Amino acid sequence: MLVLAVDTATPAVTAGVVELAPDSPPRLLAKRVTLNAKAHGELLTPHISDSLEEAGKTFADLDAIVVGAGPGPFTGLRVGLATAAALGQALNRPVYPVATTDAIAKDAASGHPLLVATDARRKEVYWAAYDAAGRRTDGPHVERPQDLAEKLPALGVQQATGEGAEIYQDVLGLELLQSKHPSPEGLVAAAAAEVLAKARPAALTPLYLRRPDAVEPTGRKRVTRA
Amino acid sequence: MSDRLILGIESSCDETGVGIVRLGPDGSLELLADEVASSVEEHARFGGVVPEVASRAHLEAMVPTMRRALDASGVELSQIHSIAVTAGPGLAGALLVGVAAAKAYAAALNKPLYGVNHLAGHVAADTLQHGPLPQRCLALLVSGGHSQLLLVEGGLANSITEIGSTVDDAAGEAYDKVARLLDLPYPGGPPIDKLAKQGNGCAIAFPRGLTGPRDAKYDFSFSGLKTSVARWVERAERAGEEIPLADVAASFQEAVADVLTAKAIRAAKDLNVDTLVISGGVAANSRLSGLAAERCAEAGIELRVPRPRLCTDNGAMIAALGAHLVAAGAKPSPMDLSTTPGLPVNTVQIL
Ligand SMILES: [Zn+2]
Repeated sequence: MLVLAVDTATPAVTAGVVELAPDSPPRLLAKRVTLNAKAHGELLTPHISDSLEEAGKTFADLDAIVVGAGPGPFTGLRVGLATAAALGQALNRPVYPVATTDAIAKDAASGHPLLVATDARRKEVYWAAYDAAGRRTDGPHVERPQDLAEKLPALGVQQATGEGAEIYQDVLGLELLQSKHPSPEGLVAAAAAEVLAKARPAALTPLYLRRPDAVEPTGRKRVTRA
Repeated sequence: MSDRLILGIESSCDETGVGIVRLGPDGSLELLADEVASSVEEHARFGGVVPEVASRAHLEAMVPTMRRALDASGVELSQIHSIAVTAGPGLAGALLVGVAAAKAYAAALNKPLYGVNHLAGHVAADTLQHGPLPQRCLALLVSGGHSQLLLVEGGLANSITEIGSTVDDAAGEAYDKVARLLDLPYPGGPPIDKLAKQGNGCAIAFPRGLTGPRDAKYDFSFSGLKTSVARWVERAERAGEEIPLADVAASFQEAVADVLTAKAIRAAKDLNVDTLVISGGVAANSRLSGLAAERCAEAGIELRVPRPRLCTDNGAMIAALGAHLVAAGAKPSPMDLSTTPGLPVNTVQIL
């Protein structure tokens, strides 16, 4: 099966074309990745088109789309989801959302309990914990690294990966693995079972984890009704 | 040349809009679909549009709104000739959802993409109802987000010049603030308009902003008016008087309509233009359109106000503007098109 993978939940603008077959790991045909947290909106669709072209494929050749649903900074995150949803509608293909942390965990494939932490800005991280088999055991959550550090003994993880783990390595005190941003293969691996089974995709719901910043006006002026 | 179907996508504020317009060989426009999903109710308790709330709503609404537009028109995406999308001005995060989706539709369908100006779209909306614009016309755009006087020359694809704008609040913003003051719901336009009908617009002489002899001739200011209404109400409360809500609403509305129409008519006379288009959400206001009709008739100016549905933000107006660009042979925008929250009105299309 030919699968398009996109993710915009980290500073990486990620697009790739991946071949997926039963009983073998996803095989990357072409990808375009740019590290620029402000360029998701500009670059994602050109990256998709360029990946397809390099792979010698067209949109019509795609069987499915896999998209990172976050967690991630909202504005960038929505670009990937809006793009994937529109592609799915235009091409009449299923779109499978995966947690971006799941894709990063697949990339790490460490064989040990693992913490994935990405940068949530505002001095917080998005994190999720995985067991030795790569199954998610907790999260994703958004939290201050200091508070997460206190939970680490209970989580039983020794290794960590992701940009959040790198930035707060001192606070978390875990061995750092090098898989910062989700790869197209990792994204497809995280959805492989559903894609291969042609399962009905879950709703494309972004993992925001935070509520919108909005305050109701206070001290509202009231006038006696005549 | 046969008919061309133009798709328009709008997401600059709190309305997710998808419109489909048929562009005839003679340049005529026919509206086939105009579907809008609004998040206005989610913003009501905040007294104004919350950008993050709007952006989230756009993402949820985009695909279903597209589905509804296609179903309503009986058009399939593969039949679409070109796609136009609002690239600015507007809320950054909100614009990004529409543009990301539009790029994906354009790439998947291999169709040209036009990243266009929302304000020019408001003017284009009128051509869906009243046909082509004359060679020169003046447009008054009034809504919660904008208050501007524009000179349109040689068609929308050619030249739009801003000759005046608000120096502080947009007209619709002033309505929202005064509505809050009078304990009326958000958005403030419709409830104030309704209440004002029972009141006397001459009861209270609220100030007309920027109308002094040395003030900018075509610019607007509504912040002082809002403050003046607040002071008037506070004074009456302190004095223990019953607040004549209908008179306050009518007098406030009169001040807004008076300034907007007086400046628009003056600009039309100064610039020798004989057509005035009023569009944007506030164009639906009964006193504004009523006073504009009176004054335009006196001055021998043709007044064009699209029906309310076309005045508020929607995808049809963006499809209409896209159709004007396609008809004029404009080049498509690049696929690495970026959103421009502060896009000036003279940039009709981002290239
Ligand atoms: Zn508008």
